[in-house]
Amino acid sequence: MSSMIRLEAVSKRYPARKDSAAVTALSETDLTIDRGEIFGVIGRSGAGKSTLIRLINLLERPSSGRVEVDGVDLTALDASRLRAARRQIGMIFQHFNLLSSRTVFDNVALPLELAGLSRAEIKSKVQPLLELVGLADKSGRYPAELSGGQKQRVGIARALATEPKVLLCDEATSALDPETTRSILALLGDINEKLGITIVLITHEMQVIKQICHRVAVLDAGAVVELASVESVFTRPRAPITRSLLSAATGDDVPPHLRARLSQHPIGGDTLLRLRFSGPHAESPVISRLTKAQGIEVSILHGQVDVVRHASFGTLIVALPVAGDALAAAIRFLESENVVVEPLGYLPASLRAAG
Amino acid sequence: MSLLSLLGISPQVSALLVEATLQTLQMTAIASLLGTLFGLPLGVLLATSGRGELLQCVSFNRVAGLIVNATRSTPFIILVVAIIPFTRMVAGTSIGTTAAIVPLTLAAVPFIARIVETAIREVDQGLVEAAKAMGATPLQIIRKVLVPEAMPGIVAGLTLAIVSLIGYSAMVGAVGGGGLGDLGIRYGYQRFMPEIMALVVLVLIVLVQAVQTVGDRLARRVNKRLRDA
Repeated sequence: MSSMIRLEAVSKRYPARKDSAAVTALSETDLTIDRGEIFGVIGRSGAGKSTLIRLINLLERPSSGRVEVDGVDLTALDASRLRAARRQIGMIFQHFNLLSSRTVFDNVALPLELAGLSRAEIKSKVQPLLELVGLADKSGRYPAELSGGQKQRVGIARALATEPKVLLCDEATSALDPETTRSILALLGDINEKLGITIVLITHEMQVIKQICHRVAVLDAGAVVELASVESVFTRPRAPITRSLLSAATGDDVPPHLRARLSQHPIGGDTLLRLRFSGPHAESPVISRLTKAQGIEVSILHGQVDVVRHASFGTLIVALPVAGDALAAAIRFLESENVVVEPLGYLPASLRAAG
Repeated sequence: MSLLSLLGISPQVSALLVEATLQTLQMTAIASLLGTLFGLPLGVLLATSGRGELLQCVSFNRVAGLIVNATRSTPFIILVVAIIPFTRMVAGTSIGTTAAIVPLTLAAVPFIARIVETAIREVDQGLVEAAKAMGATPLQIIRKVLVPEAMPGIVAGLTLAIVSLIGYSAMVGAVGGGGLGDLGIRYGYQRFMPEIMALVVLVLIVLVQAVQTVGDRLARRVNKRLRDA
């Protein structure tokens, strides 16, 4: 698979101003994004995600380094060639950025007008795009009459109008509810498969990465701290920031009502464990095997099993009514089943009975 | 005419009133038209020539801003008298309705330019960014994004400008410009004819009301942001 986007030693610094010190939004970064892949960039706000995605179409000029898209070094182009190159790079935005004065049809037509196409050519291109995003019946409506999800569909149709090779998604689902987010991501996934377009998306939500990305880069304080396939980031996160972003998404934290009662010393009740499964182990009946092998009744207090690109993985928080040697044996058994076990503390028995 | 005679107004007064109204309409209409013709592009340039903006040209921005401010801070009646030589050069005369259009236009241009500038600055920068990402040239961004998106603000601002020009036109009587204001001063005030004064005020109220109503309707029509259909 050949590369579509290459950042070579790209950095972005904002010089000091009267009222603010110099800021390094992105320290020297190398990044290669393959043709046809869906590449995610995740990080907290201020991590440099927006800067990174804007460097790809040169809405931000890098302070150093090269930005190559489809084999062309964008940083070396003059203004008019850069404009032509940008037609090969579609972009959608968190707040959609549709023209309120134009109808849905005319919004999608805008990039084609800018490219100098005739009215007839524009008409023949816009209609199929509206059908692709499921808005053929909204052609004459104004953006103010549409829901957020519909507005983003218009944004997607507009971004695809010039038949770009790359689609940049700048927090494209961050202003949408979870349901709409899923449908927009499904549409992006479809488009990626149908048109083979390379998609780069930035987000602060692991759910978004999980649903459609192939690979993901984790950005923290202007640097890529982790870059791997989505499966491996979800099952074997390395950087602390990745773990913290993951636990927000996968709900593997101890529920607050339990955390309040958690003690670090055995108090004659239950032992709380966090179990992580991944790969084929996530689907094997580990808990019931433990019960059968050692006669321990396991209470599942919290948990989630999930699928990331055909690989299952899961987290369970369980309470075992044992301590000491029996507990050690149970942990050994679980580890022999390829479960990652993390003791969290102890709970009074009464609490488990209550709920 | 018949309506005026029904109200017990003499034919002579009616004729004066009609003539003055037409003069006011003529002056205001032409000055508004010319003011928009020059003010619109000037406003666009003011809004886009600052540091880091589309057509960055900081020295132009400073100088244009200074001239606009200077014109706007000169009281209109002073402007009328101060530019008499210029008026004579442009209109061939410094007296009369046609001559009065010159200072009116000169006052309208910077006023309208500032209105257009403000309306354009209100346009979401995200739209400009989106257009840049599509490969738009600065001129395309102005023509296809900034001006259309600023249109509701521009129309509302133009309405305000026309109403102000109706007011200004009352002052050009000082250079024999005629119009309703002149009629009010010469007949209503200097010749102690309060009924003429009352009529002048009435006609002005009707004119302003009409301009405002039409302007509001138009502004609502071009504003696609609010849709309660």
